Amino acid sequence: MTLDAALLLLQHAYDPQEPVHGAPWLWFTIIKILVVFTVLMVTIAYLTLAERKISAWIQDRHGPNRVGPWGLFQPLADGLKNIMKEETYPDAAYGPMFILAPVLSFIPALITFAVIPFAAPLPTRWGLVDMSIADLPIGFLYILAIASLGVYGIVIAGWSSNNKYALLGGLRSSAQMISYEVSMGIAVVSVLLLSGNVSLSAIVRQQVLSGWNAFPLLIGFFLFLVAAFAETNRLPFDLPEAESELIAGYHTEYSSMKFSMFFISEYSNMVTASALLSTLFFGGWAVPFWTTANTAPWAGWKTLVTLVFFALKTSFFLFLYMWIRWTLPRFRYDQLMSVGWKVMLPLGLGYLVVMAAAVLSLDAAGISPVARWAGVVPIYWAILGALNIVLAVLVFFILDRGRIVSPAYGRLDADEIARLQAMSERPITPAQGD
Amino acid sequence: MQYGFLYQFFFYLFGVIGVASAITFVTRKNPVAAALWLVNTMFCLAALYIMMDAQFVGAVQVLVYAGAIMVVFLFVVMLLNLGQPSAAADIKGTGARIAAGVAGLVLVAELLVLARQKLPPLLPDLPRGTNITVPITEPLFRQYLLPFELTSILLLVAIVGAVVLAKRRG
Repeated sequence: MTLDAALLLLQHAYDPQEPVHGAPWLWFTIIKILVVFTVLMVTIAYLTLAERKISAWIQDRHGPNRVGPWGLFQPLADGLKNIMKEETYPDAAYGPMFILAPVLSFIPALITFAVIPFAAPLPTRWGLVDMSIADLPIGFLYILAIASLGVYGIVIAGWSSNNKYALLGGLRSSAQMISYEVSMGIAVVSVLLLSGNVSLSAIVRQQVLSGWNAFPLLIGFFLFLVAAFAETNRLPFDLPEAESELIAGYHTEYSSMKFSMFFISEYSNMVTASALLSTLFFGGWAVPFWTTANTAPWAGWKTLVTLVFFALKTSFFLFLYMWIRWTLPRFRYDQLMSVGWKVMLPLGLGYLVVMAAAVLSLDAAGISPVARWAGVVPIYWAILGALNIVLAVLVFFILDRGRIVSPAYGRLDADEIARLQAMSERPITPAQGD
Repeated sequence: MQYGFLYQFFFYLFGVIGVASAITFVTRKNPVAAALWLVNTMFCLAALYIMMDAQFVGAVQVLVYAGAIMVVFLFVVMLLNLGQPSAAADIKGTGARIAAGVAGLVLVAELLVLARQKLPPLLPDLPRGTNITVPITEPLFRQYLLPFELTSILLLVAIVGAVVLAKRRG
């Protein structure tokens, strides 16, 4: 018997552990909700500290170090401060929606995490407990659906504040999120092509069997990464709250805990996006190079080990978020839109066609997705990966700076200048050297 | 009784909220508030779909309509004077109102007739852990592939038409 056949058997057929059901299922679900919510909130609190520490590290400063040892109690002090602070209500704000907006951005940000599998199933005496709050069969579609609601909070905040900067922030955010949601969805379709299922636990299982998706779907991963940054409104896509242009964008008029709720939802979205990046492309909770830990029969220690690896992968992407925030400058608005519509979308669509053709021809050639060369390297994975490296070289060659997206120094052609001139009162002169 | 008390309770709860939001949606003067009530209605519909085990339809309901209403919202904010109640937000004329009322009555009558008919059989219950998309994609991309492709071409035509209209300069 070959290794992959044995793996398949282990994964599907040899699984004596029945899932938990009935009253224990309800209790386990309630416990999971409480634990995940608490862990998420504490993580978010400490992410604010991590962000400041990392920014300090990148800028060669000390960062917060006064409250507690190494500044570790800073998040507690910040939380207390935000609760005790005076709340201001602008006179001209549209009351009910001004209060509703932080809630509308807070709730979707927290409930998206519910479908992410964060560890291998835990066997208990009542049966096997899934280590995700709800292993929905619609998995990723649920995340897309709920994530598309997050923008409502931001737009309503911007509109109801009755402040022109806030409104601009809200409008920017909605245009940005609608544009990048499309690319995000298309980037994930390539993952769904390989897994053949939208449920996140099935996507993790597929990666355990046939190798992590990051290599055979390299460009898809890259597209998803960029779209995830745009969807979470983080630099270099933080135009909705661009301080230097819009004061604080959509939350200009918010103070105290309401402001804090926007803050929490931003960090919560970051956590979810990082968890999704690791789930869709880096094997989720799978431990690299250790088949025993990733396959049934399940055991307590496997849950623990996989949980640690999931946390490590997610932390890496959280760090990447912060690293990029303190490294890259912000896009200009027209650049943001042209990256979204003129680069990401056609690239995603073209990539989807190529990958679908590749998967179809590999299937037609009769190569099994779980077959391994010399028992180690998955053949399917390696072929798709090689194809992706070729594609990536081509893409990066074509997307050379300034050819598609107008560069930072703003080279405009003559009729574009004429059109802008017609729009504005004073004449526009092209920059020096053009 | 096939379903328990809790199921019935939530079914009617979402039903009542959905209908109430729909009524509020048509009676609001403020276009932004109206758009939000519409989102609420769509959400209740999605909840009902999910309760009926049509989880894919439920997710797509939220995904498509939430996005679509966002666009409506933007147009309201950008075109209708920042959502202040205005002439453009209100249907004028008794004729239009009577026509809308008649159309509504016809729809209600249609619903009542349909409710008396024998309904088509439900899809069989899927065992836990099966692929939820298969019952939808199999007929969509095999049996009804041609109608599906025709619909996509229709949508493409609509997109091209919208771009042409938007790009035409007076």
